[in-house]
Amino acid sequence: MNEITRELLKAVSDYDDGGYKDAYNIRENGCCVDRRSTEHIKIESKTDAPGLEIHVLPGTKGERLSIPVCVTHGDIDDLVYNDFYIGEGADVLIIAGCGVHVSHGEPARHNGIHRFFVGKNAHVVYRENHVGTGRGTGTKTIDPVTDIVLEDGAEFEMDSLQLGGVDRTLRKTTATVGKEAKLIIRERILTDGDQQAVTDFEVEMNGENSSVNLISRSVAKGNSHQSYRSKIAGNAPCAGHSECDAIIADNGKVDAAPELSANHGDAALIHEAAIGKIAGEQIVKLRTLGLTEAEAEAKIVAGFLK
Amino acid sequence: MLTLNNITWTASDGTQVLKGIDLTIPENKLIVITGPNGGGKTTLAKMIAGLERPDSGSITLDGTDITGLDITERAKAGISFAFQQPVRFKGLVVMDLLELAAGGELSEQEACGYLMRVGLCAKEYINREVNDTLSGGEIKRIELATVLARHTRLSIFDEPEAGIDLWSFNNLIDVFKELHSSLNGSMMIISHQERILSIADEIVVISDGRVSSRGAAADILPSLAGGKPDGACPRRGVYDGGESNE
Repeated sequence: MNEITRELLKAVSDYDDGGYKDAYNIRENGCCVDRRSTEHIKIESKTDAPGLEIHVLPGTKGERLSIPVCVTHGDIDDLVYNDFYIGEGADVLIIAGCGVHVSHGEPARHNGIHRFFVGKNAHVVYRENHVGTGRGTGTKTIDPVTDIVLEDGAEFEMDSLQLGGVDRTLRKTTATVGKEAKLIIRERILTDGDQQAVTDFEVEMNGENSSVNLISRSVAKGNSHQSYRSKIAGNAPCAGHSECDAIIADNGKVDAAPELSANHGDAALIHEAAIGKIAGEQIVKLRTLGLTEAEAEAKIVAGFLK
Repeated sequence: MLTLNNITWTASDGTQVLKGIDLTIPENKLIVITGPNGGGKTTLAKMIAGLERPDSGSITLDGTDITGLDITERAKAGISFAFQQPVRFKGLVVMDLLELAAGGELSEQEACGYLMRVGLCAKEYINREVNDTLSGGEIKRIELATVLARHTRLSIFDEPEAGIDLWSFNNLIDVFKELHSSLNGSMMIISHQERILSIADEIVVISDGRVSSRGAAADILPSLAGGKPDGACPRRGVYDGGESNE
């Protein structure tokens, strides 16, 4: 493992000099380079496609699974299919970061397709952090697909972070939510320069008393462009909430297209959206505390994306 | 400590709001600025904090001319400003604001100290986002706590009573009394509230863009509450109450 890989692993996951705590699989430039299963978390290679089949045994508590991906040079187009089977009553943290590093002019891309089958009353915290590094001019692309199926009483909290460095991203997340199940998605994206980001959420709330809370915060600077689309369908007595807040700066542009479909009389769906520059009064307030205008803007953006 | 010399200011619509204000804020005093809505009180406060620049006149702080300094420079020179309608931030938590105000990292104990002094149960608030979920009374107190954390020579409070309920207001009076006894500097409060006026060392009445009278609270207060032309409302005990943004 070279220095670039080590730095990417630290940036996108919980890697430190002691390695990983529990189960992990490191994928580098399209190949698995290291792996550890534990008594409760089994990681196997798929036989019919590139990728992993991961089983978290029922009742597993407090364990951590790290599945970072690194692309460390250009001219790589990595496609991986990872399936996660989370057993009934399990409670785990899954960290799935992706780092793309380009030193020259060739493009590099990672396309990770993750499917989660979350058993009854299981609880999953899923974190993904996407990072692009290197001085190369090659386009760095990360296109994650996340497909979540929540059985009755399951809870899934997804925290998705991409704070610059990725030139193109198309992020597609779909979910079906069962009875009493709960889905929380928090997305934070910063784009700058000529970067482009497209996010697309589609949630089907099929179970009685299911709920979803979808919170997206984004900042588009430079000449970057972001496009946000969400669709929440309430097909049962359920509660759905989505919130899309975006700050635009310089020539940054943001499109937001939220969609709610209430297909049941007891579906309660809410959407909130706000796009605009940093409020002038926020900058003034921080300046009265002694910050310069530039410091105030940086602080507001950092807080917004925290 | 702070001296305003013949300050004038004209709004963008051509209305002259300040018509030559001369005012001195002495060391370690609590000065309450009052007067009818539209008289220029908030404009005057903004002028001192640098949010507006005067058309003419000068402002000196401890003998240094600060007229040409911008908001940031005035803040660094020792002026704090608590907004009439505190600003809300998605993402920043109370601790963030307190640390920005203090100019460096604070221990949890120090941050809690500031919050407790403004009557907030610190543990519940330190990691709260400064967003729409805070009530008017809560965010007002947090605004006051940020001013406390700055330890500046002059602290300006623009209508602290605006937007809060009566119960919160009663507690706020105690907060200001405590601040007055512990702040190492002067306080300037813009207020219509008789109870705030009554704790002032000195009351300055601003009317029609000028200082119309000033003096000890005991001398000025009776003339305000006694139904003088400026329009008191004895039933509410509020001198020309309500919010303003003149």
